[in-house]
Amino acid sequence: MTDRPPVSDWAKDFDHLDPRWVTEPYQIWDELRRQCPVAHTERYNGVYFPSRYADIRAIAYDTEHFSSRRVVVREMPPRVPTDSGKPKSPPGASTLASPPITSDPPYHRPARMLLLPAFTPDAIGRLEAKTRAICGNLIDRFASNGHCDAATDYAQHVPVAVIAHMLGLPEGDGEKFRRWIHLLLHEGIAENASFTQALAEMDDYFRVQISNRRSIPGEDLITFLLGAQMEDQPLSDEHIIGTLRLLLIAGIDTTWSAIGSCLWHLAQHRDDRRRLVSEPALMPLAVEEFLRAYAPVTMARQVAKETTVGGCPFKEREMVLLSFPAANRDPEVFPQADRVLIDRAENRHAAFGLGIHRCIGSNLARMEITVALEEWLARIPDFELADPASVTWSHGPVRGPRKLPVVFR
Amino acid sequence: MPEHKVLQIIVDPERCQGHNRCKAIAPRLFELDELGHARAVGDGTVPPGLEDKARLAEANCPEFAIKVAQA
Repeated sequence: MTDRPPVSDWAKDFDHLDPRWVTEPYQIWDELRRQCPVAHTERYNGVYFPSRYADIRAIAYDTEHFSSRRVVVREMPPRVPTDSGKPKSPPGASTLASPPITSDPPYHRPARMLLLPAFTPDAIGRLEAKTRAICGNLIDRFASNGHCDAATDYAQHVPVAVIAHMLGLPEGDGEKFRRWIHLLLHEGIAENASFTQALAEMDDYFRVQISNRRSIPGEDLITFLLGAQMEDQPLSDEHIIGTLRLLLIAGIDTTWSAIGSCLWHLAQHRDDRRRLVSEPALMPLAVEEFLRAYAPVTMARQVAKETTVGGCPFKEREMVLLSFPAANRDPEVFPQADRVLIDRAENRHAAFGLGIHRCIGSNLARMEITVALEEWLARIPDFELADPASVTWSHGPVRGPRKLPVVFR
Repeated sequence: MPEHKVLQIIVDPERCQGHNRCKAIAPRLFELDELGHARAVGDGTVPPGLEDKARLAEANCPEFAIKVAQA
């Protein structure tokens, strides 16, 4: 990772990879919201950071001026083609396009509609028993030890196992998936070599999987995509690989971060722990509140056409961090926004995004978070951080605890 | 006869993005199509006793796609 000059002015020179932003962003955002609701930095070739709910919502809805052709802010803009303006990439080219997350209208809608039926509440409900078993098996491994790392021994394994099951991939490949995600979303933010290497490895991996399914079809999402049609045409291998890359990346890091943040909170709040154990019916409200307060995902947009939002001009080609976590902390929309109230009944949070790119896996994520917390609390109702100073947080588009040592009786 | 204010739910299909918060909060008032987008059950009339659920669904919709008004 390159050395970064320290930040002296969050409004005009912010750095979302700065250690202070990574470990404790909420105070910075609160200050920005009061003093300079659209911050900007010249770093990363120019990035805006709106911190008010209203501005973030306006940008999420405005696909004319804000394109999804780049959804991650990186040190160096990638040179590979994306799909937002052109649906076809050259055959064999390693492409960054991961439809539909990197697609703009009109290409976005058909690519998204294809996937939606696999992620409805009913479809996801059928995975609940499997998820419960996965969580139970993980807890079996450390329950009698009196301690574990709730991130590396628990949270990170849950979504890996579930998405591997959905895609028909071996659970044993989980370590490989986590490495790719680390290279793409963590190291690869600043190091293009890591980024390119992970893309190439994923490409090879999925080409083999696709070829296997062509010989022996399964009952998984890869087989489904091979048979799917978009506007009466089968999907190109590039489209399928891009979508698989999206499902794998978006289905793992995000939910593992959310589960980790929930456990981080509960480890430090005995009253919330006890209340969830004694009032299990409160769990749906608590999960929505954890999603609001600790929303893991910050997507990005690229300014496609110059425009003005919240009184600030946005220059063409610069990037915008679309911080749903910051929107969720806006006191204009959420009373006591900085407090976690696990029985908050009115909670119009934006953790899964707003507008046409609403997270397609939101029902899957909710189910996994809920089951992971229920199973944990059933076996380990009382637990605490082993050492608050040893907790580390990820940087980049997905925020969550990466080291989370806890102790319990 | 006591005055009974009948409420009606309207879901704007252009705004709904399938967050499914309404379905989770008030499963008797909302149903989903095969893509997971919501619509009101029947003609959207809220049965007596479910008014609070209808209001909560409206207040939790991230896309402001739900309106609950007197029929």
